[in-house]
This record gives sequence, C-alpha cells and structure tokens, in this order.
Amino acid sequence: MIFATGQVGGFLATSLILTLSLSAQAVQSDPLDFKRDIRPLLGDYCFACHGPDAATRQGGFRFDERDSAFGEADSGEYPIVPGNVDTSEMIRRMRSSDEGEMMPPPEVNKRPTSAQVDVIERWIADGATWREHWAFIAPTRPEPPVVQHAQRVRNPIDQFVISKLESINLELAPEADRTTLVRRLSLDLTGLPPKLEQVDAFLADGSADAYERLVDRLLASPDYGEHMATFWLDAARFADTNGYQNDFQRSMWLWRDWVIKAYNDNMPYDTFVIEQLAGDMLPDATIDQKIATGFNRNNRTNTEGGSLEEEWLVENVVDRVETTSTVFLGLTVGCARCHDHKFDPISQKEFYEFFAYFNNVAEKGVYNETRGNVAPVLAVTTPEFEREIGALEKDIESAAQILARLDAELAEQQIAWEAELSSSDFRISIEPAINLLNDQLATKPPQLEQTIAAARESNPVAPATFGPAIGFAEKDHKPVDLGSLFDFDASIGFAVNCWVKPTKYGAIISRMNEQESYRGFDMLIMDDGRLNVHLIHDWPGNATKITTVEKIPLEQWTHVSVSCEAPGKAPNIHVAINGRTVEQTVDSDTLDGTTLTTHPVWLGLRGQTPPYVGNISRLQIFDRPLDDVAVNNDYLQSLRFAIQASTGERSELQQADIVHHFRLGQAAYFEALHSLGTLQTKLTELQAQVPTTMIMEELAEPRETYVLKRGQYDQPDKSKPVTATIPAMFHSDKTPSNRLELAQWLVDGANPLTARVAVNQFWSHYFGIGLLETPENFGTQSPQPSHPELLDWLATEFVRTGWDVKQLQRLIVTSATYRQTSSASRQSFETDPNNRLLARGPRFRLPAESVRDNALAISGLLTSRIGGPSIKPYQPDGLWEELAGGAGEPPYQIAEDNNLYRRSLYIYRKRTVPHPTMTTFDGNAREICAVARSRTNTPLQALALLNDKTYVEAARNLAMLALDHSDDGNEQVRLAFRRATARWPDDNELGVLAKSLERKLELFSSEPEQANEMIKNGIAPADAKYDPVRLAAMTAVASIILNLDEVITKE
Amino acid sequence: MFDLKQVQHFNRRQFMAGTGVGLGAMALGALNSRQAFANSMPELGLAGLPHHTPRAKRVIYMFQSGAPSQFETFDYKPNLLAIQKTELPDSIRMGQRITGMTSGQKNFLVAPSIFKFAQHGQSGAWISEVLPYTAKVADDLCIIKSMKTEAINHDPAITFCQTGFQLAGRPSIGAWLAYGLGSEADDLPSYVVMVSRGTGRTGDQPLYDRLWGSGFLPTKHQGVKFRSGTEPVLYLDNPAGCTTQLRRQMLDDVAELNTIRQAEVGDPEIQTRISQYEMAFRMQSSVPELTDISDEPEHILEMYGADVRIPGTYARNCLLARRLAERDVRFIQLFHMGWDHHNDLPEHLGKQCHDTDQASAALLTDLKQRGLLDDTLLVWGGEFGRTTYCQGDFTDTNYGRDHHPRNYSIWLAGGGVKPGLTYGETDDFSYNITANPVEVFDLNATILHQLGVDHERLTYRYQGRDYRLTDVHGKLVKDILL
Repeated sequence: MIFATGQVGGFLATSLILTLSLSAQAVQSDPLDFKRDIRPLLGDYCFACHGPDAATRQGGFRFDERDSAFGEADSGEYPIVPGNVDTSEMIRRMRSSDEGEMMPPPEVNKRPTSAQVDVIERWIADGATWREHWAFIAPTRPEPPVVQHAQRVRNPIDQFVISKLESINLELAPEADRTTLVRRLSLDLTGLPPKLEQVDAFLADGSADAYERLVDRLLASPDYGEHMATFWLDAARFADTNGYQNDFQRSMWLWRDWVIKAYNDNMPYDTFVIEQLAGDMLPDATIDQKIATGFNRNNRTNTEGGSLEEEWLVENVVDRVETTSTVFLGLTVGCARCHDHKFDPISQKEFYEFFAYFNNVAEKGVYNETRGNVAPVLAVTTPEFEREIGALEKDIESAAQILARLDAELAEQQIAWEAELSSSDFRISIEPAINLLNDQLATKPPQLEQTIAAARESNPVAPATFGPAIGFAEKDHKPVDLGSLFDFDASIGFAVNCWVKPTKYGAIISRMNEQESYRGFDMLIMDDGRLNVHLIHDWPGNATKITTVEKIPLEQWTHVSVSCEAPGKAPNIHVAINGRTVEQTVDSDTLDGTTLTTHPVWLGLRGQTPPYVGNISRLQIFDRPLDDVAVNNDYLQSLRFAIQASTGERSELQQADIVHHFRLGQAAYFEALHSLGTLQTKLTELQAQVPTTMIMEELAEPRETYVLKRGQYDQPDKSKPVTATIPAMFHSDKTPSNRLELAQWLVDGANPLTARVAVNQFWSHYFGIGLLETPENFGTQSPQPSHPELLDWLATEFVRTGWDVKQLQRLIVTSATYRQTSSASRQSFETDPNNRLLARGPRFRLPAESVRDNALAISGLLTSRIGGPSIKPYQPDGLWEELAGGAGEPPYQIAEDNNLYRRSLYIYRKRTVPHPTMTTFDGNAREICAVARSRTNTPLQALALLNDKTYVEAARNLAMLALDHSDDGNEQVRLAFRRATARWPDDNELGVLAKSLERKLELFSSEPEQANEMIKNGIAPADAKYDPVRLAAMTAVASIILNLDEVITKE
Repeated sequence: MFDLKQVQHFNRRQFMAGTGVGLGAMALGALNSRQAFANSMPELGLAGLPHHTPRAKRVIYMFQSGAPSQFETFDYKPNLLAIQKTELPDSIRMGQRITGMTSGQKNFLVAPSIFKFAQHGQSGAWISEVLPYTAKVADDLCIIKSMKTEAINHDPAITFCQTGFQLAGRPSIGAWLAYGLGSEADDLPSYVVMVSRGTGRTGDQPLYDRLWGSGFLPTKHQGVKFRSGTEPVLYLDNPAGCTTQLRRQMLDDVAELNTIRQAEVGDPEIQTRISQYEMAFRMQSSVPELTDISDEPEHILEMYGADVRIPGTYARNCLLARRLAERDVRFIQLFHMGWDHHNDLPEHLGKQCHDTDQASAALLTDLKQRGLLDDTLLVWGGEFGRTTYCQGDFTDTNYGRDHHPRNYSIWLAGGGVKPGLTYGETDDFSYNITANPVEVFDLNATILHQLGVDHERLTYRYQGRDYRLTDVHGKLVKDILL
C-alpha cells in the first residue's frame, strides 16, 4: 500500500512511460491501444460534459459509452464514425479554432495538444476499436508467457516480468546476495531486521530450499502479523482518538489485536473482509466477529458541542462509503456524493444506494463533548477480570455479613445513646444568614416563607425526620428559585449545612451561570454519589473544584456541610458528611477572580446537569466559614431535635432514620460500613476497566435513505427514497440487500475489483509501488498498470488459492523478480526511478514505523509483546498542550516500563496531533482512509534521526553491545555495522568507521564532561561498568551507523 | 512535454552526483546554499509556475482562531442600539440554521456592540475602539465585511478555510503553494506555522496539525511548526554531549559512508539524503539565528508591544513573521487562539484585541518601512462570524455571541491589494450580506492569484481526479486588487 514518489520520481517515470507510449504512437504501423492511448484523453478532455454525469452532460451523448459515442447526438451529427474521420464531428470540433465550435470549449483550462488530437484521429481512422474499462471486467486468468530466459523463472510472476523486459531487450538483474536477501525478507515480512544468528544460519544453510524455509519461518513469526497490520491500520483509519475538535481518547485496540491475529492465523482474505464489514450480522456472531466490525467504527466521530446531529450522521456514513469503496474496490465512489461521477459509471443515486448499506448503524451523529467509546460498544472481559470480580464479590458478601452482625449487637445501646443526646445541647453560636426548612428557628429571611410553602405544596415531601422537607420529583422537575438570596462569594467565605435524601443524584444547591463560563458556585452530587464543589470564575482555566472520596448514599437522610474560607482555593474548602470532615481530591485549583453571578440561586438543579430528585431539609447558609466542631454540633443538634420531636410517636421511617444515624456514630459500625463502601467502589471501578471496543450494530428499524441534493445533509430529496444496492456497472446477477450480503458479494470471486485491488496493495509492500500505481483508484481515470496480465494472474491466483494471504506473500517473495539485486546502474535508476519495469530489486526507505522499530531492534532495545492498549514513546514536551483547547486530553505521559520500546504500530495515535516522527517519515494522520503513503526525503528526517532521544538512546545501546563484544575498536564497529545492515563493512567502510571512532575518542577524551552527557540520553541508564569516554565515542559512531541511508532503507 | 525547470533540476542532480566523494564538505563551501537547498528539498516548484507575474512573493496569514466578532471590530451597526434586546426579526433570520448551543434558546435578542466606533484615516474606515493600533493603519487596510463560509462549527470551519474542504484529508493552502511554487528561502522551509494562545479565553478551541497538513500531497509540503521553546523546530538541537564540532565530524562520516554506498548501489536517492543532512545542519544555525531577536533595536520591540519580549506570544510571532518574510519564506501563518466568545464577550474580546492589535499593526508598519509590504500579502481573519443576537446572559455590560457563518469581517493588506478600501456590505443586523459577497474559495483563489497562481490550474491528480484548493469554485475578487 505504499508507493513512492521519490525526488526525481514523478517526472522521470512519466517520461519513461510517455517515451514508451509515444514511440508506439509515433510509428504509424503500431496499433493504438484504446485503454492506454484513447480512454485517458477522453477522460481528461471530454467526460466533464460528455461523460457519466447526467446533470452536466451536453449534446445528448457520452464518451464513456460506446453506443452513445458512435450514435447520433442531439445536433444530428455523429461524434465518432468509426473509420471515417471526415464525418466524425468530434475531430472537426477538436480541430476548430472557432470559439463557438471548438472542443473543449475555450473557457476550459485543459487543452489537448495537437499530437493528442492526431492520436484520436488515427484511432477513428483505424476503426475506433472500443474496449470496456479493463478493471470493470472480471479478470480472466492469463497464460504466463513463454520467455527466452526461462532459466531465471522461479514462478509465473517472473514469466510476466521477464516477458515485458525481453520486449525491450532487457533482462532481470542478477539475484541479490544472500545477506541482502535475508535482510530484505525479514524487513518485508516482519518489519524488523534479521537477528545476526538468523543471518548466520541462513548463510550456513546450503540446502536447495533454504530460502523457501526462511520465508516460511518468517511468515510463521508473530512479528509478521504485527507488520501486516501496520498497513491495514492506515486503510482502516485506525486511531486512539475521535478526531474532531477536542479529539478525545477512544479505545479500539481490541480491534487492532484482532487484525494482528487474523494475519498471524492466516485468515483467508474473504473471511477477513466479511468479518470486518459485517461480522455482527453473521449468524450467531462470535465476540471476535463483532470486534472485527470495528473496521467501520474507526472513522472519526464528532463531539464538538453545538454540532448538528443530522449533518454528522451523514458524514459518518459517507466516510464508511469512501473507506469501503477505496479499500476493497479501489473506486472513488465518494465522487458521486453531490452529482453523478464525472469519470466512472456511478450515478448520484447509486452513491446513496451504496450509502444505504451503512446508514443503519445504531449510532448518533454528534456525541456532545463525550469522552471515550461511543455506542454501539462491546465490553470484552478476560478470565483474569472475571476472577478478580468474583473475588471482590465474595469480599463484599462477607463485609455485608459483618455489618448485619453489628446491627444486632448494637441495638441495645441505642436507648442510652438517645438519652444522652436528648439531654445535651449542641446549638452553635453563629447565626445562619439564611435558614429554611428548620422548625427550630424561624425562616430567615421571612419573605421566603411563601416561596418555600408554595414549593412544598407542589412537590412530594418525605417524612420530616430532621426538619420540614422540600421534595423534587423527576417528572416536571423544577428547581426552587431563591433569587439573589445569597452571594456565595469565595472572597468572603461562607458555609452551607443541609440534610439531603436523594433518589437521583444532581445539584443540591447552585448559583451558577453555565452560559457565562460556568461562573458561580454549586454543590453537585455526581452520578456515583461523590460530592463536587465548584467555585468558578471561568471554567476550566480559572476555577476551584474538589470531589469527596466518600459517597452520599441514595435513599438515606444525610447531613452535608460545605464550608469555604476566603479566597476559595481548594484547601480552603471543607466538606463534612454526617458531621465528619471527609477526604477530598482536588480537580482544579486555579480560581483567581470573582465567583459572583447574576444567575439566581437554585435548589435542586444546576443548569444543564441532571436534576436532583429527592428531598432537602434544614438548609442553613452562613456568611462565614464554620469549623469542624460547629459542623459536627449542627449535625448532632439535628439528631437531638429528631429524637425529641418524635418521642412517643415515632413512625417506622423515623425510627429507621434515627437508627441509621445512631449506627453511623458507632466506630465499629462506621468502619465496617466504610470498608463495605470501599469494596463496592473497587468493584465498580474494576467493572469500568473492562475494555470496550466500538462495533457495528444494525438498527431494528432501518433508517430511510434519500438522495441528498448536492450532497447536503439537509437537502434530502424525499421524492427519491433509495434502498441498498450496488451500482449497475457491476452487471451483477446478485443484488446484495444488506451489509452482510454486500461483504459476501465483494469476495464472491466474480467481483472484477476486489482481488485485483487486494493483490495490488500487497504487491506495493514489496516493490514500493503497485502494479497499478494508484491503489486508491482503479476507475477509468487510473493509469495503465505496469503489468496488466500479471495483475490479473495474481488476482485469479489469489481467489483460486482460497484467498490465502500468506500463500500470496510467499508467491511474491519467492519470485526471481523479488530476489533481484537492487543495485543497478545510475542509468537504470534515472530511466526508471520507480522501478516500474522491475528490472532490479526493490530499494526504498522503510515506512515510518519500521524506521523506529528497526533502530530499536538493532540496538537491542525492542520489546516484543503482542497486543494491548496503545503506548506512548518519547515525544517532545508540550506538543499536545500547545494545540489543545480547554477540554484537551491530559498531558502526554511517556510510557513507563518496557512499553517504551514496543513496536510502532502500538504508538498512541492522536489524530489532530500525530506523533511527530511518524509524520516526518510520511506516516498517515489516520483521519481518513489511506492505501498509499508518499515517500519523501527531507532535512526534518535527518534532524529526527540525529537528535531524537529514541535514536540517540538506541545509538548508546548499540554502542554498549559493541563494547561488550570486543575490546578491539575495529571489531566493535564491525559488530555495530553488521547489526545495522546484516553485512560486514568492506575495508573502505571499516576504514572510515575506525578512523571515526579514533577521532571521537580524541574528542571526548579532551571533553570528558561531554562524554558524561552523551551517554545519559534516554531513560535507560548506561551501565557504570563502561568508561564514559569510550562509550560516548562509540555512541557517536553508532549514531553515524543508524543514520546511514542503507540502514533506513530496504535493499 | 519537455520542461525547462525539470531539465535544470535533473542537470543539477547530475552535476551533484558527478562530484562524487566529499560532497558533504563541498555543499558547505563550494556550492552556495541556495543551490544545495534547491537540490535537496523539492523546491523548484512545478513546471509552468507561476502562471502569471506574481504581485506578491509571500503571504503572512494571521489566523484569529475561534472566530472574532465582526460587531466589535469592523462591521459598524449603529442602528442596533435603538432596537437592542428586541427579538431578531424572522425576515432577517429567514430560517437559517443555528448551532446546537443556541437552538434551544427561548429568544434571540439583538445585541449591539458595547464598543464605540469611529472613522479612521483618509479612507474613513469604521473601526472599533478596541483596535486603536489597527485604526492607525486604516489607510493600508482592505477590510472585507462580506466574507461568508459554509460551516457552522469550529473544526469543519477552520479546516475549510485552510484546505477548502470541511473534512480532513485535503492539503492546506500553504502546502499547495509549497507544492506549486517551491521555495525561495535558502535554509528555511517554505511554509512555517506559529501558534499562540490568547488571554481572552483560556481553555478555548484547539488547533490541529491538519490545518497545515499536506493532505494527499507529498508530506514534505506540510507546514513546519516553529515552537516557542528553546527548540523552535522539533529535534533541531543536538543531543546532550554532542558539540557542533562532533556533529560536523559525524555528518562528514555519514556523508562519506553514504557516498561509498551510492557508488556501490547506484541509487540517486542517497545523494538526496546526503544533501538533506547538510540542509539539516544549516537549519541548526539558520533557525536559531532567525528566532534570536537580540539584534532587534529597542524601537522595533516597542513598536510590537510589551508581549514581544515573551516567546510564544502573538506579538513575538508577528516579529518572527517579519524575520521569516525577510528570509523569503513563502507562506507564514500565525494562529492565535481564544476568539470563541459565547459569553463575556466584552471582556474576552477586549483581551484578545489587546493581544493582537498592536502587533498586527506593527507587523504591517514594519514591513512597510522595509519596503516589504508591496510584495507581502497580509491576511487577518478567523473562520466565521458571530451572531447579532445574544447568547446566554444579556446585561448592559455583558453578553455573548454564537457562531455565524453567513458573514464576517477580515482584512488584507499589501501584496497588490487596494489599500484604504472597505469592501462588501451587510444588512443592519450584520446577519446577511447585501453587497459583494466573498466566499472562502474566493479569498483563497485571490491569495493564490497574488502569488502568480491560477487557482484553476494548480491541480494534483488523486483518485483519478484533478484536485484543487478551490474545488470547482472560487472567483478572483478583482475589485480589491490594484
């Protein structure tokens, strides 16, 4: 899937092809080839007005269909009359200089050369032979041609390649030496260099099938699956974030693991396609089959607040159409979104018929500022998780038993406790500024009597154990609006005491304007029962936020107190639950500015957060903070009141409430309850850690699909409802009606494109460019494949072998074509820079991932471990932060332990800020599907290899291996060089390296402090056993080696 | 078919290759750096470009990310005062879509600017009091009040401005120019990006690498982000313990070994790599030299304002933009975050203007006094406008505004654009354009045009189609050109 446009590539490649094709045209006797010589001209100059797009079609004829082009136009003229140039209107118009007649018309920028018109004229004169576009006709298996150099043929691939070479008097280059081959194979099949033992073993293996056995060994290595998956991740636009705006994290690594395993298990390609596109719809779909469908959930999902649902629902589906058609069909179906396709026979209606296959996912268009995976998701537990959860559940059971025992034991002591409480007085000396719902004190300010009475009237009220209560129902929930009752001014300080009995968590009290940067104050019980206190000037950059560790229970009366000292920094906020100050975590401590807002004080709600449902009682607000003693006294005073008020006539509920608080006051009980709570929290947390992955899932009721006028989401043409089907161009006798059938149709063997597209992608892994150089486009505008028959032969062979992926790789790499040396004359590189003729072996820079993996492997740092969540390697500080907005992700944390040195396919992919060295080496940002990468050669690459900690540390590690190997400088550099290239340096190279080492030793000897610095780069420490000067000098030499063109290049 | 530039390119390569061993050292001395650079980076541009004589050599695009309100900057709407806090008439809104942030709002009350406007300069341009420095250069500005866009949320809107498409995947404007025109700069990339964070709204909208990405163009054309820290370009600094002397030795050794290998295997790509290592080495001095402003005289620093002394600020980036312009970097783009004022607009917008006003005007003045304004096109603007109606709380001193794609204001200066012109009209509510609409495509087409590029002819074939920055749209805004 990688193709090269080297520095000089494009021009010379083009010139070569042009030279070949023009020379063919130059000679009158050479036959013209419709697809090579004519079709591209029609596409470039004519299709815009006389092509597949009905909306822009002029003159009533089209040049993409034979009968129309040869038929009568609206004008009554015949555009093309085979064999008769004079009556072919097309030629007259193309030759015309009359602005009213000339074609293409004068306003069109693109103009054919007169040589191109000559070609068309000659083609018409010769009878205008017409061929359907090759890629739209199913391949027939060509017979491999007979070649003169038959002794070079290792398998049929070679016959096609040699045949073409022989036609221009060339031949295959000699086979590469064995060292080059073992390195090439290892890099190609596993993405890693060979270990020196492997090189030695292969060199020593004199058996006839040594090469084939090496191939089999590499194909069987688990590294193979990782390497193959790397390319697939680009195609599937796999990433670890959702890709829009704040670009929140998501978790799709289970899908990545699936891909690696599929390659390693050699899953047939047809199954690979079906499970990824529609595994969820297979009968009795397994967990793995569902995970596989993450392929089409890897698209970006919009979470930007305020975005419009319908718009992004459409974009999700469009992305799936584009990805699916590009990856499996090599078609640019997306071009027909707004109008009929300009070049390929795909109408706008057909686009939406294809769209309909993917328009049934049970998803939303916009997930408003949502972090993490979004539905539909699948939780996938492992046996370890199950075990841990089981153990916790057992612990919880025994903790509950202890609690039950204590219940019984404590009951007797309650009478004494009540008597003691009743006879005490815990009144506090500070007058509340506000007093509501409290029978012991008059309502303050008195004018609120009315408000409270009215609110109580219209709301359900629980029995008033600790004071009169106000209730909040879920249905028609309304906050109690207390107006500008109190300021909650952090710069002065205040306290709030109240009793709550929640049935659903929400804000107890708030005075906050969410529209104004959330300025204000709230006490908000989160959905897990922990209490948040916010003091905000401007969220999130200027605010205090704390969260309690302890939770407020549902359906129990609980005394809650929040006391805030000026200036409202996190340590100034004290929360007490049932009279005890509780532990809290600080989420934000940046408040600097007023918390005053004009928004009214609300009971039971804050802005858009979920409403508080339940009861609130005995609300007191103080215009100064309260200390711990005062808070506890207020709690006890409430208890005392409840006991006294209910003497003799205690209801069951009142009794239960009082018993509950009596028990909380007993240390043993409190501790037992606390430990039960801790266990339960742990269980919830563990359950939340069960990894999930996003999957496809059909809606029960299919969504209606319409043609969208001009492709606009808000312009459905309700007169044109469409149902899922495939474009007519496939002339298929099957009409897949849903996603599963679509997937099956793709791989049913009759499809003209699927196998060609797949083998072309695989081919490009090895040769740097596909047989068709545009893997993303097999349509009528695609260039000619370099070896059309070979492409078709490979496609039919792939299907014939049951879509055996490993067999296909084996076929390619065991060919003589692949085994050629990549060394060639300057002329060879200049006339054929992209190696389209295959007259030499492949030589090109490694893909981004392999550049890093290769250095880690050479230096012995690489950690091999398959699968799991993504990892974060070295990355310069601040890259995320400098682009992140207010809701960005937490700072980038470099991986700890050996995750730091794992393979690059596991690198955390943040789409809006991709890892810089991946980008520098032409890695894909994974925002949209890509089946090819550019391959550039830039100074930024040099800077990365020279200076990035990754490579400096690798150099140091390679230096240590070299020093361990021998005390002799020459032997050291020889080893380092061989680890990096698999070969020994020649005398010339060894001379340079040895001299280099000498000079570095001199340099560092005179600057030992630099040596000490040099060996400290990276996290892994250098062993103290090395002499710093020697290690530093060797590190510099190792860095030279790691920077060699050969080392980052497959030869 | 045969193109002179490519032949030159080719010959130069041949020449380089022919010199054989010791090229590393030679590139340092014998060849002048421009030649070596041209050989190493892509950077001759395409055949046939420029399409016509360029009016500007370079662009400095001061992108105000988050979308500044037109009401408080350049689009003076005095009639709103009389009808403030009344409902926006349906005849104006005409059922246009609004974002999910205000679509639930009960009413849409008209909010006039809290800031006063006055006419400035000979041209009499109306500019708000929060932009006093910009007002002083009014006669150099071409203010466009009738910009419009298609997107209503930040991510698609800013992506659209930069790439001509709301979704990811297309090349950014700077990448298109790098691809088409190559580089004029000796030792610097042709597309440089610098970001700064506004004080008006901390925790504002993010930016994304794709905004200066290369899309389907080769990745070498993407913008290079210059950072504010000690290492302006990623991995520019030698690692600890590596002196310049050692680095030079290492590069010579790498070049020598690569040259040996090249003789062996023949691949000219190795030659390119050798040149790129030399270019990297030169960047290690040219970039710090660029970002070190110690040679700037005091009066220049004062002109840009106090922030210029703090790395990473908008003011510093403006000064660096001038230094980059002097070194012929083709496309210099600043992004200043913090303009998304859904609430507290008077306070937040005031701070943003304070961040940017003086330095933007200083950059213009500084270029002018150096004779660089004539061939430097300045662009100042965001991704959309803001609503005439208030979002959230509405008091006499406070209000906010939601996103509004139907019209917004930007300004251009220099580079062959008419100075002292205010172009385009909007209705009394600044809700609809009443004269001379300018689409994002039109702006981009015009920017390209000033650099000598016909936006319809700068194409790249991908997916069988000739893609361009302006898709099938875009018309030159001739009215604003000299």
